[in-house]
Amino acid sequence: MSEITSLTLYELIKNIKEKKISSNEAVKSFVYRAEKSKKINVYVTENFENCLKLSKEFDDKPNFDLKLPGIPIAVKDLFCTNEVRTTAGSNILNNFVPTYESTVTQNIWNEGGILLGKLNCDEFAMGSSNETSFFGNVQNPIAEDLVPGGSSGGSSAALAANLTPVTIGTDTGGSIRQPASFTGTVGLKPTYGSCSRYGIVAFASSLDQAGPMSKDVKDSSILLEVISSFDKKDSTSIDFKRNNYSSELTRNIKGLKIGIPKEYRVDGMPDEIEKLWKKGIEYAKDCGAEIIDISLPHTSYALPTYYIVAPAEASSNLARYDGVKYGLRSPGKNLIDMYEKTRSDGFGEEVKRRVMIGTYVLSSGYYDAYYLKAQKVRQLIKQDFDQAYNKVDAILTPSTPSSAFKIGEKSNDPVSMYLNDIFTVPVNLAGLPGISIPAGVDKNNYPLGLQIIGKPFDEQTVLNIAYSMEEKINYKNNITDWWMK
Amino acid sequence: MDEIMSKNNLEYLIERNDNVYEVVIGLEVHAQVTSNSKLFSSSSTKFGAEPNTQVSLVDAAFPGMLPVINEFCVKQAIKTGIGLKAKINNKSVFDRKNYFYADLPQGYQISQYKYPIVGEGNVILDMPEGQKQVGIERLHLEQDAGKSIHDIDPSNTLVDLNRSGVALMEIVSKPDLRSPDEVNAYIKKLRSIMRYLGTCDGNMQDGSLRADVNVSVRIKGSTDLGTRCEIKNVNSIKFMQMAIIYEANRQVDLIEEGQKIDQETRLFDTKKNETRSMRSKEDAHDYRYFPDPDLLPLEVTDEFIDKLKSEIPELPDDKKKRFIDELKVSPYDATILVSDIDTAKYFEEVVAKMGKNRDIKLAVNWITGELFAVLNDKNIEIAQSPISAKNLAKLINLIKNGTISGKIAKTIFELMLDGDIDPQIIVEEKGLKQESDPKALEALIDKIINDNREKAIEYKQGKEKLFGFFVGQAMKASGGKANPQLINEILKKKL
Repeated sequence: MSEITSLTLYELIKNIKEKKISSNEAVKSFVYRAEKSKKINVYVTENFENCLKLSKEFDDKPNFDLKLPGIPIAVKDLFCTNEVRTTAGSNILNNFVPTYESTVTQNIWNEGGILLGKLNCDEFAMGSSNETSFFGNVQNPIAEDLVPGGSSGGSSAALAANLTPVTIGTDTGGSIRQPASFTGTVGLKPTYGSCSRYGIVAFASSLDQAGPMSKDVKDSSILLEVISSFDKKDSTSIDFKRNNYSSELTRNIKGLKIGIPKEYRVDGMPDEIEKLWKKGIEYAKDCGAEIIDISLPHTSYALPTYYIVAPAEASSNLARYDGVKYGLRSPGKNLIDMYEKTRSDGFGEEVKRRVMIGTYVLSSGYYDAYYLKAQKVRQLIKQDFDQAYNKVDAILTPSTPSSAFKIGEKSNDPVSMYLNDIFTVPVNLAGLPGISIPAGVDKNNYPLGLQIIGKPFDEQTVLNIAYSMEEKINYKNNITDWWMK
Repeated sequence: MDEIMSKNNLEYLIERNDNVYEVVIGLEVHAQVTSNSKLFSSSSTKFGAEPNTQVSLVDAAFPGMLPVINEFCVKQAIKTGIGLKAKINNKSVFDRKNYFYADLPQGYQISQYKYPIVGEGNVILDMPEGQKQVGIERLHLEQDAGKSIHDIDPSNTLVDLNRSGVALMEIVSKPDLRSPDEVNAYIKKLRSIMRYLGTCDGNMQDGSLRADVNVSVRIKGSTDLGTRCEIKNVNSIKFMQMAIIYEANRQVDLIEEGQKIDQETRLFDTKKNETRSMRSKEDAHDYRYFPDPDLLPLEVTDEFIDKLKSEIPELPDDKKKRFIDELKVSPYDATILVSDIDTAKYFEEVVAKMGKNRDIKLAVNWITGELFAVLNDKNIEIAQSPISAKNLAKLINLIKNGTISGKIAKTIFELMLDGDIDPQIIVEEKGLKQESDPKALEALIDKIINDNREKAIEYKQGKEKLFGFFVGQAMKASGGKANPQLINEILKKKL
């Protein structure tokens, strides 16, 4: 049954539509494999029985006009799922079962997708290694004791380990693209406003964006087409004309201008990243693209700006977890005592750190110096991209400044952990679409990714460039299923 | 407390040891927007429902829930702004006001901080000494919190979220008020304007209108503002006035003792009639306001505002002017008639139903006299008046055309109360029509003079007081129906 789990989404859909594989068979394969893959710890909550039942129902009355006909899909545990526990990787929501469904997941079920389970992630999506999850570390299928990236680490690991045909993550500062890069998979963060945030546990509202994660670019285009929709329930959702991303996918990128920002050559960047980038430029040229040097002058301010804006919003977004209405409550002598005990017990170290940073930067007397200034810099970073896009159609950069690191290697050094996001964060600050595709390996044979950044709402160009380069790069993950032995 | 208050020229002043202080008051009124659903959710806003039955996932701040602005509430706020002759801002921003409390599910209140939807405006007060203009600083939209209930369970606080997320307009005045009477007039005027507009029902007993009262004192004549104290959440005009009087005197006493006034938030204890410190400036919350990233800035076009302007009904000030100019109502009566929209409506309906031969002065007297007395007596609003405007108009016409006397009208009015009976029918059924036939009255008077010869002679000899006796006898003999004017004329002739 292993062939089924190693199929791409596109292939699986084709097989189901041609009735070569039933939905139930597919679910069984993924469940079987998941049972033998507990060691990598991708699942926070399994939905296997219900998934098997629903797949049977699908097979009894199949509808092959749907875009995801009977396809089992596991999702990041940041998406609220009706009657299925949703934890956001936190103890404070350990027993929280929503009575509602996020718009993005609802879009998937509407097209025939079936929930396999909820995937591990950094607590409230705050982390770059999945080590902040209350539910334990996730193993990168690439090698033992390697982090899968974060915050969508359970998603990237599940994908690389063939435990789900595709998945969805959320990306606030790189949480889709960085784990994709660490696991040799594809991850797309769409334009802010493309996918509804309704029903997604909020981290930083002005940056959060859901997106597809997949084994190849075509699969991301299929899934993006399903999950991207205008939603009145999210006031920041944008009503723009969405492409039929998968049918409009093309490898013809001749004449497209691709910018190479000089500011992304950061100090101390490993040689192999520099080499990978150069290789990427050659591939893009091979595809017929024109390479143009560009400047994004405010790049160096992006990381500090992000680490003010995101914690500020998070400190407010997380105020609702107070033990009063739902989730964990640790009893106290009075209201304040209950708050303190609940939030001390319920939140992990990284979440507490960011809540404190966020509270600090919004405090009177500090607001102007930090939050207000960060908002101004954010505008400058946006303008950098606007100006670059007068000259180019897309931008090519490395996805991360390094490959995956060992579990525990950076967990006591938050700043070095934050540096992981250096190439991905500007894209969130500017609200742009960005994709990470696997492009090579480092000296340890760990995957490395390249990032393609597009104009707002121009996911199609981003996908087309990625699709075209993917063919030239011809990257293959070499995963040995070591955790099963 | 040895308080000596001077009320010369209707000014509210406090005198202590040769110093004369005036009180400076500014109000932050919280007015609940009249709307079927909440500011950012579709939950009902109906008052008095079972606890926690009008709460959506958004109101209870479930994970991943997002606010979506209720356009109707925005329109209501803009209309109110127009009613306050204020600047409507094309762009306003919703901010988060962060603080923890059990009845604040989000851990923040969505409000407007730097960029409110409505800017500066003004309100005209009709004071006994003349009109006074009070400046409006701003009006902004915000969410109400839920309600913490401490007295049901001995060991727990219970929370009712029905009110959580209900739309409020915070209307901030400039520190232009100088007395408890002006505060009374200001609140009533504000309420009147909003009721005309249908933007707030103004029911203080239901909590639809509450106010934070800022009070400071200064030596009369000074232009500097003293240190103010804010008295939180006062929910009746009477309590506002009591709180101001207490607080102003407390501050004057402190100054006279050479002490400093601390800027602080205080609570008014209605039972003890005193204000108490709630928290000092040092303990003040740091609300960490910042723009709510879940909501885009609120943008309204001039066309949108103009359309709302065209829907604004005639407001009290304009109505008053029209009553005075066109209907020749006295300014005093006009102020009373327009103060409440339902009274104004009633009056206008009476005027309309009276037709061509109308007597406005008579209508005003009957409404502000007899009718108000009945409403007061029964403790009901004019909207529930037991006598319809149509029938009151008929009654006034019957007086005006001489069918009945004013005295009989009062009897008929009493009878009308029982089921809004048509006065014409009462006149006919009870035979109360005025006797205006001179011949019949002459016969009646001849008989009275005959029966009281001695008194008639005394009258002729100069005892003029007896004229009243004859009028009374004539009225009595006619069963009150005799036309009093005719009786006068005939008696003068015959005696």
